Amino acid sequence: MTSEIHLTRDPAHLRHGSSIGQPLTRTDGVLKVTGKARYAADNHPPGMLYAVIATSCVARGRVKSLDVAAAKRHPGVIDVMTSAHKPRLAEDPDAKGNPFAFRMELLQNDEVRYANQAIAVVIAETLEAATEGAALLSPRYQVEIARVGLDAGESYVPPVVGIGNPAEVVHGDIDAGFAAASKQIDATYETPVQYHNAMEPHAIVAVWDGDRLFIDTPSQGMAMAQMRIGGLFGIPPGNIHVNSPFLGGGFGSKGLVSGPQVLGVMAAKLVGRPVKLVLRRGQMYGPVGHRAPTRQRLRIGADDDGLLTAIDHHAKITTSSFDDFYEPAADASHTLYASPAIRTSHEAVRVDTGTPLFMRAPGEATGSIALESAIDEMALACGIDPLAFRLKNYAEVEPTTGKPFSSKALRQCYAKGAERFGWARRPLAPRQMRDEAGHLVGWGMGTATFPALMFQGNARAVLRADGGGVMETGAHDMGQGAWTALAQISADALGLDFDQVAFRSGTSDLPDAGIAGGSAHTATVGAAIHNAGAAVIAKLADLATSDERSPLFGAGNAGVVARQGRLYRRDDETRSDGYADILMRAGLAEIDASGTGAADPAAQSQYAMHAHGAVFAEVKVDPDLGQIRVTRMVGAFAAGRIINPLMVRSQLYGGMIWGMSFALHEEAVTDHRSGRILNANLAEYHVPVNADVPPMDVITVDEHDPHVNALGIKGVGEIGITGSAGAVANAVWHATGIRVRRFPIRIEELVMGDIARD
Amino acid sequence: MMNFDYIRPASVSEAIAAASEQGATYLASGTNLLDLMKGGISRPSRLVDVTRLPGLDRIERLADGSLRIGALVRNADLAHDAEFARSYPAVAEALLSGASAQLRNAATVGGNLMQRTRCAYFYDAASACNRRWPGAGCDARHGENRLHAVLGWSEGCIATHPSDFCVPLVALDAVVEIEGRSGRRELPLEALHRLPGDTPERETALEPGDLIVALRLPAEAQGFAAHARYIKVRERTSYAFAVVSAATGLRIEDGKIREARLALGGVAAKPWRAREAEQVLAGAAPDIAAYREAARAALAEAKPSGDNAFKIELAQRIVVRALALAAAGTPDRIAALPGSPFSSVTGA
Repeated sequence: MTSEIHLTRDPAHLRHGSSIGQPLTRTDGVLKVTGKARYAADNHPPGMLYAVIATSCVARGRVKSLDVAAAKRHPGVIDVMTSAHKPRLAEDPDAKGNPFAFRMELLQNDEVRYANQAIAVVIAETLEAATEGAALLSPRYQVEIARVGLDAGESYVPPVVGIGNPAEVVHGDIDAGFAAASKQIDATYETPVQYHNAMEPHAIVAVWDGDRLFIDTPSQGMAMAQMRIGGLFGIPPGNIHVNSPFLGGGFGSKGLVSGPQVLGVMAAKLVGRPVKLVLRRGQMYGPVGHRAPTRQRLRIGADDDGLLTAIDHHAKITTSSFDDFYEPAADASHTLYASPAIRTSHEAVRVDTGTPLFMRAPGEATGSIALESAIDEMALACGIDPLAFRLKNYAEVEPTTGKPFSSKALRQCYAKGAERFGWARRPLAPRQMRDEAGHLVGWGMGTATFPALMFQGNARAVLRADGGGVMETGAHDMGQGAWTALAQISADALGLDFDQVAFRSGTSDLPDAGIAGGSAHTATVGAAIHNAGAAVIAKLADLATSDERSPLFGAGNAGVVARQGRLYRRDDETRSDGYADILMRAGLAEIDASGTGAADPAAQSQYAMHAHGAVFAEVKVDPDLGQIRVTRMVGAFAAGRIINPLMVRSQLYGGMIWGMSFALHEEAVTDHRSGRILNANLAEYHVPVNADVPPMDVITVDEHDPHVNALGIKGVGEIGITGSAGAVANAVWHATGIRVRRFPIRIEELVMGDIARD
Repeated sequence: MMNFDYIRPASVSEAIAAASEQGATYLASGTNLLDLMKGGISRPSRLVDVTRLPGLDRIERLADGSLRIGALVRNADLAHDAEFARSYPAVAEALLSGASAQLRNAATVGGNLMQRTRCAYFYDAASACNRRWPGAGCDARHGENRLHAVLGWSEGCIATHPSDFCVPLVALDAVVEIEGRSGRRELPLEALHRLPGDTPERETALEPGDLIVALRLPAEAQGFAAHARYIKVRERTSYAFAVVSAATGLRIEDGKIREARLALGGVAAKPWRAREAEQVLAGAAPDIAAYREAARAALAEAKPSGDNAFKIELAQRIVVRALALAAAGTPDRIAALPGSPFSSVTGA
């Protein structure tokens, strides 16, 4: 059932010299499966001490006392860092220097803002001594009543949502839209608190050398980490050397340096020795971000022909009591379906949690499951097949802006996905299908979408007299495959074979590659690499075409093309010159050039840029017991140029599994009185196990996009979640006839929802 | 670090002597205990490691036809023992539905019996819990309690016993062999775990120093092998505790249920033997009406301890399902998804 991508690399003459598009396996794969990939916490510089954070067990209040003496008496404990005993910071950790400077708890006072907040750091010769020292602190608190959940207090309209998006967007006349509707649905959906739960916890090994700082820490944005840490400690960012070759997942939680990581740096400064600080799993439920819960009301109108007349998407969300991040859930309705009137709006409530943060597909994931459920409900109200309904309301231009799409192969995604899945055989009504064992079978679908973003990144290209090349960029491999995909782009950018290029990455000493987030890393850094390669090839061409001894003498820059280590005269390919020969004749060991990748503002103002997809899911539901099993998923995605189909398939699988997890599994349970999270571990915070993951099929639909960037890349990191969560939810409805609007879908909703009615 | 003594006794008597002291506890594979120690929930001053004790890792058929399973037999080894799985298929199915493959490879039979509740408030040191701190109160009672007990709970404790393994065992009248300071004794498994009442901190009938050395399944328990099932509803397919589970064994003769065994998991502080339901079934025809009546009888005394009324309804449906599947006959081999309602789905 699952289609196979053959892993053989085409011979060079068949791939026309291109490494892009080849399904190369991970260059770091062997290191990882043999345990040789060195993650941050694997480092042990000489003289290193261990730091363990003591965390608050109350969600709101003040620390009245800590038994520092008891901790210090414990054998092996070197020092205890508290609000009264810590290195001086150059900057208030609560200052908001820029919108990305989230407030963090660095022991600046005795205030407790959320459960699991750091209230002290114990530094010791061993991890065990530091752990026990932290336990011996026996904190006493002045406790205030915790504010928990979406109804914890008065709501307000946030100033912005997501990254600077307006909280309210109105397109067309919403009242007129509903007035024109002959059918209307009004449904409220709830999504829970979710945590990133990267496999690798946040960890740091910090070494000070005078006013220089060396840190091993997982980072999705090393340059931003340098800036933040530099500001806090009053040293130039360039004095900070971040080493982050591998991340065991980030999902947004490692985009910005977190409070605990900075505490590790403070601890090293306090004791004047190298310090390692690794968060325990339970300590990740607080200071490193989460996805805020949402309550989304969707009102949708449609006319007699099944055409949408209005979409009104309102989301209530939470943020922390002390900082602002607003999950832009309603924004999911901006781009997907054509409607003469669309309104999106948000309201927020402050609660006693850590500040929510970007978590894989922020806004799109939460908004998509609500929107795709609501669209399904409207299709039913109109008596139209859910796919036909989506096609009927296909957005030819971006609905809220009227801009044309830079490219949009969503129709092909619908068609190919539906064909592979067998959607045409789907009965319209629910509860029509059973398997041979009597289980209810349901089919559901959802549309996937994610913006094609770009940030800014740089790369440096080198060509050497030995004929090889080097590409350097401080990019971030979170496990998505950047070491491989960016190396493929590097090879093509330099006109060399993959094996001839040394790709260097993963440290802040290399050119700033921006942030690995927003599904934009490959596009951004890929463009930087492309430009750096073009620049160094131009230099090489200059050397060749001005050298009388070269067959290319006099050809001019525009007149040559680089391929497989040689420059060819464009109008006469019998005349060519090898890189090594050019450099040797010029007496140069190497030449280099830099390149930058960034979005083109002109193209952005002219076009709406998004990746799209269609996901189809089959579930089986026990007709009495309500247990759900996803048995099949097919996703067809159009995401511009595919650099490495093997890695892209894995990214999309991962996203689709995440979407299934969103619909059926993930939820952080918070005690409504204490504000403590009760399932802050991977045993009780459920994500799917392998046995939950069905046979999956990913189709990538060809899409040539000349506008997004020079390479035509849109990004695949997050889109797989969107569409998938809704597809599973819709399949559960189709199997059972029960529309569950609170996620994850729980057994009791089906058991008490009369699943066993026939 | 928090120091504790680690003792590796050479014999059972040495173990008992070492573990009789205040603050001492036995360590087998530690799949539960070590988590509790890391979380500061359990802070023993002495660990008595029994994993090297000789002779406790055998599975043997005794002269009276009963099967004696040493306390150190690993869960996975037991489940895959062909004779055991043939004689007590529901027990094997329950074992394989529990935890994860890695945990089953490590966890011992004795340790499984002695695992603690998974109540989140028990694991949260900052919460009030009468099990951890008698008289402190029970934060679960009015807390987040959708998965808590519906049978046999008290105002002092609404926790459930998490074991899958113990559910069919208690249905089959398994017996626990205990060595203690006053010698050897036996206890029906049903009497090992206690309901909370006013003393939720007393979780089992064991005294200080008591060591479970073996588990015995009586010969007559094999009489249910032809019609035995374990069904477990859970929130993911593996590595999840039961929301509710049921184990059943039937002796069907001449179209009638001669004898029935039924126990429920995930509903009470102990594996819950449903004797009233067994009586309803004895002599009845194996049909849906009898199963439904048995289910009603099994849950007649149930009441929600919180946001968990659905478990009463769900438990009845699981009883009906387990009985129907058992009546249809034990499958030739344990399904790829043991205990799952989807175990019959091809390719799943």
